[in-house]
Amino acid sequence: MRLSPTGALRHSGNLFAMALDVVRTIPRRPFQAREFIQQAWFVASVTILPTALVSIPFGAVIALQIGSLTRQLGAQSFSGAASVLAVLREASPIVTALLIAGAGGTAICADLGARKIREEIDAMQVLGIDPIHRLVVPRVLASMVVAVLLNGLVSVVGVAGGYFFNVVLQNGTPGAYLASFTTLAQLSDLWAAEVKALVFGAIAAIVASYKGLTAQGGPKGVGDAVNQSVVITFMLLFVTNFVMTAVYFQVVPQRG
Amino acid sequence: MGVEICVEGLTKSFGHQVIWQDVSLTLPAGEVSVMLGPSGTGKSVFLKTLVGLLKPDRGCVKVAGRDITRLREHDLYEVRKLFGVLFQDGALFGSMNLYDNIAFPLREHTRKSESQIRRIVLEKMDMVGLIGSEGKLPGEISGGMRKRAGLARALVLDPEIILFDEPDSGLDPVRVAYLNQLIVDLNAQIDATFLIVTHDIASARQVPDNIGLLFRRELVMFGPREQLLTSDEPVVRQFLNGRMQGPIGMAEEKDAAQVEQELARLGDMDRKARHVGNDMTPRLLPSPGITRPPRWEAIARRESELHRKEAADA
Repeated sequence: MRLSPTGALRHSGNLFAMALDVVRTIPRRPFQAREFIQQAWFVASVTILPTALVSIPFGAVIALQIGSLTRQLGAQSFSGAASVLAVLREASPIVTALLIAGAGGTAICADLGARKIREEIDAMQVLGIDPIHRLVVPRVLASMVVAVLLNGLVSVVGVAGGYFFNVVLQNGTPGAYLASFTTLAQLSDLWAAEVKALVFGAIAAIVASYKGLTAQGGPKGVGDAVNQSVVITFMLLFVTNFVMTAVYFQVVPQRG
Repeated sequence: MGVEICVEGLTKSFGHQVIWQDVSLTLPAGEVSVMLGPSGTGKSVFLKTLVGLLKPDRGCVKVAGRDITRLREHDLYEVRKLFGVLFQDGALFGSMNLYDNIAFPLREHTRKSESQIRRIVLEKMDMVGLIGSEGKLPGEISGGMRKRAGLARALVLDPEIILFDEPDSGLDPVRVAYLNQLIVDLNAQIDATFLIVTHDIASARQVPDNIGLLFRRELVMFGPREQLLTSDEPVVRQFLNGRMQGPIGMAEEKDAAQVEQELARLGDMDRKARHVGNDMTPRLLPSPGITRPPRWEAIARRESELHRKEAADA
């Protein structure tokens, strides 16, 4: 790849243009239902198990950290509240995002990249079919839906993992843990987390599709595209996460 | 009836590298044209520019009176339905079997029932000799079969214009002969405009109405087959005879002095060869079973006259 001062700017512009194209194309009929279901199933199947396996230790680590902290402060009754808050607000959207980008996004990028270098995408365009409409939109929607569902999964598994470690391993009291659940966290935290997951899913799929559709230079090009798509997605996700969190705290009144 | 493609002052470059500049030609409706050129002269790029996959720097491509280079995305997709393109490797969809690949354009663009689709797909598969391989995946078949399947897919929507990107690369000579016959038969049957991009001289001598030659970043010549086959232009003669002596070198081009020398040495031999009259290869005609439209009738008449005259001369 040739480095040029305007290169980064041009790529960001093209990426953004494609995101707009996707948004503009979403309402266009006929909706590719078959592709959407296949992709949703595919993304779900590659992400569910790793997500569950990652979220158990994640919940555990939070429980351990908070458990010892609250014991030092003599606020054991709050350990449940703090751990739910941490899992629900931050851990679950981030874990979801990492997994969607790392497992789903790479698969999408590699798939589209391979099609691009085999001239399948060109053939499709020549056959009068818009790849954005036929391939990208179903993937973006599928990844958004799966991200929202995964976020729910991560929250449940994370909280359950936290409960297990706090109550069984650190001898916390189950009653206190459960009773303090809603002292800090509130329902709007869950909604905010779901919205985050929705946005992260869209970003991961759009970046992956963009990188896949612009892959060039043979099989190595596809490898590079996958690599770049993961890096770019992660950077975008963390920035977006920060912005959305900041906005959330301004908009929604907090408890306590 | 085919559609005319009119190319005017087309220029394309990638970065600072000019691929070709100021290419102007008209592909007459319903005729077969061949675009020749040494490897790496941007023949495939030219093809992709014609269908609007690549945007040229300057110039226009008029298809049925509409300038492809200035169309909006949505209109471009409409115009592209006139085209059937055979890509170099067939460009089949790797996740679908051959039947679904060939049925794909029909399912996307028409409201035909599955039984109608089945009839059309099997007819086209029969045409390219692929009956019995419907369930195979593109990864499981040979390059030649992929190419033929790609051709069948390009044909299902009854295109007005068919573009072939090196149909003969990677095929054995017998299959190339069959493919050439198939191209000629198709032209007689569906009357579409054909453009074949290739560097196979034998095909270029037998098949087309018109020949063009791309070299040194420009269109050296484009015209009727007879004009190019009998041309004295050194580049054209070198390429059509497939020999080393001439302006085309291994890497790119040679220096002028060396070319002069080589051509002078060749001169005598060349004149002798010309006298024998092997410039004009007989033209490939549609198979006997196919009803010839008036255009092909005329061509056949002209061919037989030419050969009668040649026989008389000898």
